[in-house]
Amino acid sequence: MPMTLLSSPRQRTSALTLIAAATTLLAALPAHADTGKLLLTGGVSTVEGAAGGGLSPWAVIGSQATEGEIGASAFVSRAVTRDYGLSVVGAAVGLQDRVELSVARQDFNTGITGTLLGLPGLHLRQNIFGAKLRLAGDAVLDSDTLMPQIAVGVQHKRLQSSGLDNTLAALGAQRNGTDLYLSATKLFLAQGLLVNGTLRATNANQNGLLGFGATLGGSENGYRLQPELSVAWLLRKDLAIGFEYRAMPNRLQAAGQAAGLGNGLAADDWKDLFIAWAPNKNLSLVLAYVDLGRIVPATTNQRKQTGTYLSAQLSF
Amino acid sequence: MKHLLLATTLTAVAMFSGHAIAQSISKPAPSPASAYPLAPAAGLYQAFGEETGIRLLMNDFVQRLRADARIGDQFKETNLDNLAKSLTDQLCQLAGGPCVYQGPDMKAAHANMDVTRSHFNALVEVLQHSMDARGIPFQRQNQMLALLAPMHRDVVTTR
Repeated sequence: MPMTLLSSPRQRTSALTLIAAATTLLAALPAHADTGKLLLTGGVSTVEGAAGGGLSPWAVIGSQATEGEIGASAFVSRAVTRDYGLSVVGAAVGLQDRVELSVARQDFNTGITGTLLGLPGLHLRQNIFGAKLRLAGDAVLDSDTLMPQIAVGVQHKRLQSSGLDNTLAALGAQRNGTDLYLSATKLFLAQGLLVNGTLRATNANQNGLLGFGATLGGSENGYRLQPELSVAWLLRKDLAIGFEYRAMPNRLQAAGQAAGLGNGLAADDWKDLFIAWAPNKNLSLVLAYVDLGRIVPATTNQRKQTGTYLSAQLSF
Repeated sequence: MKHLLLATTLTAVAMFSGHAIAQSISKPAPSPASAYPLAPAAGLYQAFGEETGIRLLMNDFVQRLRADARIGDQFKETNLDNLAKSLTDQLCQLAGGPCVYQGPDMKAAHANMDVTRSHFNALVEVLQHSMDARGIPFQRQNQMLALLAPMHRDVVTTR
């Protein structure tokens, strides 16, 4: 069986070295002695570019900007699972702690799956344009009430043309899609516990990397409501640990069955356990263990895609 | 479906713990010390070294405030000793100590100042530095900040 690029130890090491070099560079920058948010209270960058945890957006508005200010952030993230690799770069702008605009570019190395499909070296690339509006509440300072910070968001995703186009078309999946979500974030300050719940309307398969919807076999193509949960415990001013759970649609499974693949296209929910560290106000680093469940299990011996996630964010 | 159930259960667990936290919040009567009072965490006053410890903390805090590049100028006309004394009464009372804060309420105290959300956050950071310098454990710091944070509604005058 051929080794995939991303599961090759050398490739993995070089990717991690690149991230380590970038973060060393960022850490060497002088701490920004300006006004702004309290450490880690702006969240970090999700794999879709919005501010939040790693996998799920929160109601917080990204960047260091508070009321009356404009801020920006940029990030690079990398997840390496047993068979695949996902690289993400992106940026966000925070306006008045009210509006967040974000962009992200995902690059998914299909590894063994591409090879078995006759498309060795296949990468799936997706651009995500996001906007988020804070509707009410203050996640951090309203510590005398249960009222959370509440925000609505939209993510428009465009999967680039690739060798997988015909396969996605045969499954009845689109290459563009738009997610809508509602998030509520609350920091229980006296307890040092942050909880976020997000409800997302989506028809994306594997967050859009495998298209949107799948009509083959007669399954409908509409939106599904999917819950997401993040819990973070502040250990120190600059250090948090926690977990996330993101429910995912599983439309490709039915389409795969109709195509005679059994459960070969089944998908599972995404989970992670993370530790986030903010060595200063302008830099945050996240290390996580991720479990993305099965991704095209027909080509991976039904393996669960567990692995490592590393992210660095620069924020002003 | 199994996973959806798990996610729902986790959400329910999180919400329930939120509910339990809410029940632990029994509000004393509003006072000039805080119009948004919370019951202090058990042992908080002692964790801050009682009135003596809080006074030492506030002595350090007002010096750091005055020296802070972001908000120091707002205190250039302020008698720092009086401010430290007043803050000591306030935090002592909020933390469950026997002191009585006799200064103006937070809205009146800041009515003539230009205080933004950024200024407020900067003040929280300075207080965190002072608490760090006094060796106050992080969880205790957060318990004190939870008593002070809702004051942003009265202290922040420029939205």
